[in-house]
Amino acid sequence: MKVLIDNWSTYWHGFLGTLALTGVSAGLALTVGVLVAAFRVSPVRPLRAFGTGWVTVLRNTPLTLLFFVVVLGLPRFGIVLPFFTFAVLALGCYTSAFVCEAFRSGINTVPAGQGEAARSLGLTFGQTLGLVVLPQAYRAVVAPLGSVMIALAKNTAIAGSFSVVELLGTYHTVNELGYSVIWAFVWIAAGYLLITLAISALFGVLERRAAVSR
Amino acid sequence: MTTEASALYDVPGPRALARHRLYGLLAALALAALIGWLVVQLFDTHQFTNEKWTAFQYRGIQELLLRGLANTLKAFGWTVLLALPFAALFAAGRLSEHALVRRISGAVVEFFRAMPLLVMIFFIFVALKADPLQALVAGLVLYNGSVLAEVLRAGVLAVPAGQREAGYALGMRKTQVMAYVLVPQANRAMLPSIISQLVVALKDTSLGFLITYEEFLHAGKLIATNLDYGLPFIPVVMVVAPVYIGLCLLLSWLARAVERRGRRSPKTRGGAPVAPAEAVTGLPPDAQG
Repeated sequence: MKVLIDNWSTYWHGFLGTLALTGVSAGLALTVGVLVAAFRVSPVRPLRAFGTGWVTVLRNTPLTLLFFVVVLGLPRFGIVLPFFTFAVLALGCYTSAFVCEAFRSGINTVPAGQGEAARSLGLTFGQTLGLVVLPQAYRAVVAPLGSVMIALAKNTAIAGSFSVVELLGTYHTVNELGYSVIWAFVWIAAGYLLITLAISALFGVLERRAAVSR
Repeated sequence: MTTEASALYDVPGPRALARHRLYGLLAALALAALIGWLVVQLFDTHQFTNEKWTAFQYRGIQELLLRGLANTLKAFGWTVLLALPFAALFAAGRLSEHALVRRISGAVVEFFRAMPLLVMIFFIFVALKADPLQALVAGLVLYNGSVLAEVLRAGVLAVPAGQREAGYALGMRKTQVMAYVLVPQANRAMLPSIISQLVVALKDTSLGFLITYEEFLHAGKLIATNLDYGLPFIPVVMVVAPVYIGLCLLLSWLARAVERRGRRSPKTRGGAPVAPAEAVTGLPPDAQG
């Protein structure tokens, strides 16, 4: 307990850093992921090919390699951004591939008959999508999306090794001040558990609200 | 789009097809422009100069990369070897009849699944002062072993209850039911998920880079930061990334091949093809067009 109280501000900053990293990356991942999912279910072949390529490459690239490319590679093109932005780019793009797959499989769970029924009632494409397909897909998407977001929160730990202030990196400061390194890690672990449990609780609520008895 | 039915849109008619073709053309142009811009950028920043690529001709550099790759595969191999028994042990623990064993295994598996892998690796590396390979493999085994334990448990639970009951009715003991009845059947369903998880493990071996384990990415970084070759960062990425992606794709492809093989019915090995489950018309097979 002493380790935590004495280093409260270090831990607090690290914790906030991890939270910010998770939140902003999640925003980017959701935006890009939904867009790429739209590409992958669109009737336009080049867009589908692009979506497939995006997902295949990013899902099979180690996140460390992606960080390596973004943090050390983009400056070679004269793109110099704060480390936080670099980390968000790497995490967001990596996670977007998984978000895309969650959405795509969610849309695929909606039976074709639902869309046919909507069209035969005269609904436009936008109405079919917004009123019939997406609300049903949403139910199938929530649970996998929760796992993706938990994985994202855990993956933010890598950013600490690329000069971003976040929770895992705090062990270094605490250790240098001469505190027990084991206890330093216990509190780091507690911080991550807090975040992942909160995300899983949030998605649990969303899932329960979306659930319908069939 | 093929004629495959979708909830999103009808099979397109001639006008919709023409429109899709137009969109396709525009999208292709946009993508081509994007790729062209990237290539121009690469040339503009002199990534294809002789200086930056000569490094790869040297025997020493090639050996450095190969040694890195070997170290990556070594960590992966150890992980597979140790994670599978770990997973089997804790899956059996979670399925145990003794509440205490069940609870302890459950706590272990849930804890290691909830922890970021890197936190465990750093803990083992920094606090327990293990050497990089040990720390990396231990972290990977704890994490992937725990995930695999859940896969194994789900696989065993997915076998129909009648199989277990039939086993007991024949007078088999717990271990026999597990070893001769449940696991062989669960195996078919689990194998693709197990291999998919191994892809994750393979990707995560690159975390060794962060604790100075001399794996593939580490070798790449050594070359990339070498002033003698003009900091060939982009060339290194162009060499390293395809190898990683290729290895992972190879494993994913194996998972899909195993899945396809598992879906074949054992009763019809080499015999009649199995009718797809969704095309049931209620007519005898001969009457179907």
